Amino acid sequence: MSSLFGNFFANWDRYRKSIEDPGYRDYENMWAMAIDLGSCIGCNACSTACYAENNLATVGEDRFLARQSMGWMRVERYWDEPSLGASDPDSQERGGSFLPMMCQQCNAAPCEPVCPVGATYNNEGGLNAQIYNRCIGSRYCANNCPYRVRYFNFYSYDKDAWPAPLNRQLNPDISVRDKGVMEKCTFCIQRIRAAKDDAAREGRALRDGDVTTACQQTCPTQAIVFGDLQDPESRVRKAWDAHQVRLGTTEQKKTNPALRGYRVFEELNTESCVIYLERVRDTDV
Amino acid sequence: MSDPVHVKDINEDIAWAKINADVLRSMKNPRLGYWIAIAVSIAALSVGVAGEVYQYNVGMGPAGLNTSHMWDLYISSFVFWIGMSHSGTLLSAILHIVHADWRKPIYRFAEAMTTFSLLTAGLFPILHLGRVWNMHWVVPYFSDRGIWPNFTSPLMWDAFAITTYLISSALFLFVGMIPDLAICRDNAASGWRLRLYTFLALGWRGDDRQWRNFRVTYLVIACFLIPLAVSVHSIVAMDFSMSIMPGWHVTTFPPYFVAGALYSGCAAIISLFLLLRYLMKFEEYMTFPILDKVCKLTFVIAMVWSYLNLIEFASVWYGHDIPAKEVLIAKASGPYSPFFWGMIAFGMVLPFSLLSKKIRRSLLLLFVISLLLNTGMWLERWMIVTPTLSLGFHPFAWNTMWPGWVEWGIELGSFGWFGLLFLIFVKVFPSVSMYEVKEMVYHRKHVVFDDVEAEIAKLYPIVDPKARGAAQTPDLGRP
Repeated sequence: MSSLFGNFFANWDRYRKSIEDPGYRDYENMWAMAIDLGSCIGCNACSTACYAENNLATVGEDRFLARQSMGWMRVERYWDEPSLGASDPDSQERGGSFLPMMCQQCNAAPCEPVCPVGATYNNEGGLNAQIYNRCIGSRYCANNCPYRVRYFNFYSYDKDAWPAPLNRQLNPDISVRDKGVMEKCTFCIQRIRAAKDDAAREGRALRDGDVTTACQQTCPTQAIVFGDLQDPESRVRKAWDAHQVRLGTTEQKKTNPALRGYRVFEELNTESCVIYLERVRDTDV
Repeated sequence: MSDPVHVKDINEDIAWAKINADVLRSMKNPRLGYWIAIAVSIAALSVGVAGEVYQYNVGMGPAGLNTSHMWDLYISSFVFWIGMSHSGTLLSAILHIVHADWRKPIYRFAEAMTTFSLLTAGLFPILHLGRVWNMHWVVPYFSDRGIWPNFTSPLMWDAFAITTYLISSALFLFVGMIPDLAICRDNAASGWRLRLYTFLALGWRGDDRQWRNFRVTYLVIACFLIPLAVSVHSIVAMDFSMSIMPGWHVTTFPPYFVAGALYSGCAAIISLFLLLRYLMKFEEYMTFPILDKVCKLTFVIAMVWSYLNLIEFASVWYGHDIPAKEVLIAKASGPYSPFFWGMIAFGMVLPFSLLSKKIRRSLLLLFVISLLLNTGMWLERWMIVTPTLSLGFHPFAWNTMWPGWVEWGIELGSFGWFGLLFLIFVKVFPSVSMYEVKEMVYHRKHVVFDDVEAEIAKLYPIVDPKARGAAQTPDLGRP
């Protein structure tokens, strides 16, 4: 009985570990991303690549308009409306801003504690993993996600989403989910797994750049940087450091307010692993 | 009967044989109205079953849910039906403990309502699962794989709470019915009724020892049930308040939900009271003074609920949590505002009509009011679930939704399911407690109510076993 409570309290503050905290090293990796919105041109290539890589169903126009689409990565488009403070009437002319939004791989994920069957959990890579086989579809996780990046299989798509020749392009490394299962961005966990296996086969440690996510690979402007935050030499860690963004805090203390890095809804203490670098317009400079 | 509100709760000269005869008569020879009610219930249930079969085969898509609105009518109906189940406990357990004997003619159907609305409520979390066929995974059964459910999830707590409450309230209903089942057994000639009542009456003969054990058991279950009822609806409230969603993350939700549960349950008691009184000809037992008391109780609880509702708005408003405040403003002025103001009108304003003696005496008007009160409470549940999900933290995902036909069909089916269970109950089991009505008549006639406790002590003496043993030991005159 004492071990039961002992484990409970020992794991209590497993969340909220910062990079500086030695306990943070419990993770094998801490996969993270940095997305430069200054480079993002809103082309949706990342989203398309995600569809191809992760066997996402194309649900058709009607279901898309009913907001039952399955895109794990969506490029959100925002306009600087005059009513929102930008008094410049030409703001529409200057184009929109884009925010690629995918699962933020929170370390203190709101979706995790509410799943009745424990189908979603924090894995050893710091990812917010989803076990499709275990999911019973209570959808509590999706309701509790402040980013709205969990997608539910409202129908069985295996019959109609990939008509005859298209089924040949399905990725064999990842399952095709059936109706009633919650799914989400996994940071291409199948690629992470393959890279780890390759590294183990070659008897070496995983190097920065061994793992590339589909969205990162496809991005024409290389706005997406992906890697292991625990590796001090990785590009993603350098991006985080350069913009003085830290895990394990609800408020970033930056020496220079001009630094562009931020996390979405940091105040919710979700410990998300994705930072965005704010877009800077030429008119702002 | 010029002033029916101010006559006695029950006619004191009513003969015990007449009580038996009236209640037993109500269980036989269904009238046309009964068959019509059964047919309507079965029709509604069929729509629900058809919807569920379709949903089982196709998926949750036709329910009208979308990426922002993963919950809708299923969860609000779940909260609604759980709420309905609380009045039975209130009426029988709490009023039993405080010796309010006016509850006696009406508590049986309220308890049946508790059990059946729990059976209805329990269906919804199951039906709303994406993979219904795996619902047993929320049960912590031992398996070779060593996989357990997640005990931090409020949905998990729901599963425990509802199961415990369902078992306890079914037990409460059954134990309270044993003396009546014996009467049914003694009056049943033959056939399945005799076999059923013989089995269920558990060999009840009505001797002193059985009565004493019965009283103790009944009281123990009643005491057990009251905190359980509070916990069940608190846990249902925690489904929402434990999440981080603005509009749900409110600490006043548990008491607010409990008050709302008692409220909707009381309103449902009034509706069923009037229906049974009419359908079963229970005018002599379900009398105006009792109805009057139920109406006053409903009014008081309505005021408690209104107060907690206002507190919730105030805490959101003055807490100045921007997303939560936006949800509140959107409820009052957004696309769901007609339903929100409908909830305010039916739930908070309409109960004031119960202050009028004239309305409390008008059966038809009261029936309509009680249905409207419950409509308001149904809207309240819907207004908790849906507008919050329309907004949330991320403005990009803001949208509205309207439930699809499958959801409406299953919603309708739930009323059919509840109605069918209730209608079958009133014909198979006595829906008025015969022995307690007899007690009530006896008390009203013979007990001087100036000293209630002394009278109760006289009626149910607490016999010290040692003293009883001493009395039985013959005094042999030894020193």
